Amino acid sequence: MLFARAIGDPNPIYYDPGYAEQTQIGGIIAPPTFVQVQAHYDPEHRMRPRPGVPWVGSGRESSGVLGSTTPRSGGTGLHAEQHFRYHQALRPGDILHSQRSEGKTWTKTGRRGGKLLFADEVVSYTNQRSELVVAVRSVRVRTERPVSA
Amino acid sequence: VLEPETLVIGATYDVEVVSNLTRTQLVQYAGASGDYNPIHTDEIYATEVAHYPSVFAHGMLTMGMTGRMLTDYVGDDRLLEYGGRFVSQVWPGDSLNACATVVAVITEASSPRVKLSVVTTNQNAEVVFEGYALARVDRL
Repeated sequence: MLFARAIGDPNPIYYDPGYAEQTQIGGIIAPPTFVQVQAHYDPEHRMRPRPGVPWVGSGRESSGVLGSTTPRSGGTGLHAEQHFRYHQALRPGDILHSQRSEGKTWTKTGRRGGKLLFADEVVSYTNQRSELVVAVRSVRVRTERPVSA
Repeated sequence: VLEPETLVIGATYDVEVVSNLTRTQLVQYAGASGDYNPIHTDEIYATEVAHYPSVFAHGMLTMGMTGRMLTDYVGDDRLLEYGGRFVSQVWPGDSLNACATVVAVITEASSPRVKLSVVTTNQNAEVVFEGYALARVDRL
């Protein structure tokens, strides 16, 4: 429900068991992009502040890691593509296991001449019955300079 | 839920999935998804360190909001594929319209499906997300 709220989706299939029971689906399911929440279950997810670990975001300074690493020139990693293949609905109580495989990497020259470094990966999520639930291919790109507005 | 008789190639369905996107919604999505990259929620970091004009939305928030349009159109638990490319960034204050267009109807009796193209645009008609979806439909 938290996730559905965050994407602004008021559909009761994501939170109302009374409503969901009356549908063909027969119960609450997760929204199509829900498996993004895997970040919460990754003990070493880089983009979550952890106690005792300097954080990249601002505190007393504009970044907690400036000075300890090379200051960032503005180049940054961005999400370029995302592809979901659905095999069955994800329901409350399901336990998912993910299997990650690195894909190809390639480079391209951007619209403003900077070099773009692409990398793709596929993560397959299987449930407690060892059935494939969803496979996700994502493409990330690293740029040499910030993307202008 | 999709009415099979409306499945004409070129038919469209669109929803305004957000109006005047707030920084608070970016915080909400960061918390829900677990992606706390400060580029999306920390204005000081985004401007002073990363040199962007402001924080900007997670690509997956745009894709999640666009997915709401799709499930409103094709129904729940109907999607077989959904994917696309993040074309431009989405900034606080943006309003997004997500639109699906029927590009093919697969009338195979055992598994009728519809193929859609998906485009999400901002208030300046700039494309921010561009993709596709494949969904199960009832017998035609």
